[in-house]
Amino acid sequence: MAITRPDHAAPVPSAAPAVAAGRRWSAQQRSEALFALWLVLPALATIAFVAFFPLGRAVWLSLWRINLRFANTPRTWQGLDNYQQILSDDRFYNALRVTGTVAAATVALEFVLGLAFALVINRSFPGRGLTRAAVLVPWALTTVVAAKVWQLVYQTEYGVMNRILSDLGIVSSYEPWLANSNLALWALIGADVWKTTPFVALLLLAGLQLIPGDLNEASALDGATAWQSFWRITLPLLKPTILVTLLFRLIDAARMFDLPVVLTNGGPGRATETLTLYSYRTLFQNLSFGYGSALAVTTFVIVLLLCFVFIRVLGAPVGEGGGR
Amino acid sequence: MAIATSAPTRARPAITPGRVLFPLAVILVIAFCLAPFAWAVVTSLKEASTIYRSPTDYLPRPFTGDNWEKVITLPRFTRALLNSTIVASSATAISLLVGSLCAYALARLTFPAKRLVLTVVLAVAIFPGIAIISPLYLLFSDLGLINHKLALILPNVTFTLPICIWTLTAFFRDLPRELEEAGRIDGASRLQVFTQIIAPLAAPGIFTTAILLFIAAWNEFLFARTFMSVQDQYTVPVAIAQFEGADIAAATPWGEIAAAAVVATLPLVILVLLFQRRIIAGLTAGAVKG
Repeated sequence: MAITRPDHAAPVPSAAPAVAAGRRWSAQQRSEALFALWLVLPALATIAFVAFFPLGRAVWLSLWRINLRFANTPRTWQGLDNYQQILSDDRFYNALRVTGTVAAATVALEFVLGLAFALVINRSFPGRGLTRAAVLVPWALTTVVAAKVWQLVYQTEYGVMNRILSDLGIVSSYEPWLANSNLALWALIGADVWKTTPFVALLLLAGLQLIPGDLNEASALDGATAWQSFWRITLPLLKPTILVTLLFRLIDAARMFDLPVVLTNGGPGRATETLTLYSYRTLFQNLSFGYGSALAVTTFVIVLLLCFVFIRVLGAPVGEGGGR
Repeated sequence: MAIATSAPTRARPAITPGRVLFPLAVILVIAFCLAPFAWAVVTSLKEASTIYRSPTDYLPRPFTGDNWEKVITLPRFTRALLNSTIVASSATAISLLVGSLCAYALARLTFPAKRLVLTVVLAVAIFPGIAIISPLYLLFSDLGLINHKLALILPNVTFTLPICIWTLTAFFRDLPRELEEAGRIDGASRLQVFTQIIAPLAAPGIFTTAILLFIAAWNEFLFARTFMSVQDQYTVPVAIAQFEGADIAAATPWGEIAAAAVVATLPLVILVLLFQRRIIAGLTAGAVKG
């Protein structure tokens, strides 16, 4: 990423003769910087208004006890009590465990599957364009729609999952995928793996395409097996892409909401209640805006810490990101 | 690595396991990606009474178009399609307008605090929507914006704008630098250089970005579910999540839900089929090149 380009002093006739390679800013540079700031300003103002200002207010709300259930209930100052309460809230720890399990399992599975997909669609073969389009379908599909479709697939009596598994002889009796706590967690993980593996595959594909083809050819000439080339050449060169991809996925998994709310509604019981879902319910079902905001802010802090640790420990080269 | 470039004749082995397994792998990938969607299509073509059969039938027997007809003529649902179109297009337009300027500055101009701007944009991208939803709800309540589309368009910008800025920054960076310099020499102002030289050249990139933003905004659920409480204002995801069939008293109308799911997805599938190459380029532009 080019942050400062010293070479930008293009020959512009109107500018004063570029003397003494500038320690100070030339008029030219100053006008460019000023122009740039004008261009950046609307975006920054928008971001401040729609993101930072509400975030600041969420932190402020999290310091109060606010219940919207009864109009005119006065707010009472809580200070950090809400956060103290979170630390001894079993339901919070449950949500943390659910979110952690789902994040770890989905990211691991999506990485392995996504890499396999990327290796397949990186080759050239007839029908590759259509295959890539097929891979985009789960990514483009609205998460809520995907959740509904999976809910149908997972139905115990008339769902197609049980039909297929029993036809294949994998299960002997129909499993209650969404009604059993353990199964529901894996049903959720399975649906997310389906929905998001394509995104992982496409990012990894883009990384694969940056690797010069002659490197693998050369190693094949030198007598390396495809497996050896993969481990010794492809994977190491793909490492930056892999790290960025994993980081995106972790962030997304940590704030998962749409899928559990529609597929299982956090159940059975609280078996699939993620952090975001718990915060949401506290806010909009209990109408406890103080404690709910504290939970939401905590979720944000957890995501932030996750990014920080990931970047520090793995040295992920976070330059800029892609879509979601 | 020094390799003789003089036509190395590599003898290919006639049949490798790869040759046999590869087509199989392609088929598996396609099946994995399309199977649940295909199941929605199958279910949408089943008659209501046959859907609850156990074990379920793999194919619709008898075959019916009733569910499709019901969904397409269901005002609640067509209304939601319209709402989603309005909200997603508006969020896309605002993000492009504001984001393209910012992206151009980040890609091409030198200015102090550039790294800070990049960091701020990145930081917003990791905001979980839940962290800003309580103050926004109170704000929109105070302003009387609950059930108003503005209450969806603005929060959607929180995640479409960062996507827009990264993707466009990558696209702008790929344009040849000489063009701007030539424009400047010809006496164009900096703003003219952007609006008349760079923006038209970047049109394909801007179009691609628009598709990505539209899909992201079309799929948004958390804000839509929270800020839109009347059926008139539901977007497609909310309408599908809360779907009640034409006959509200009936059991879960899976046939209609499946038809609605397919109808709601068709625009996206068409976009994907038409612009597969561009979408992949856009999706990965910012992520990998930086």
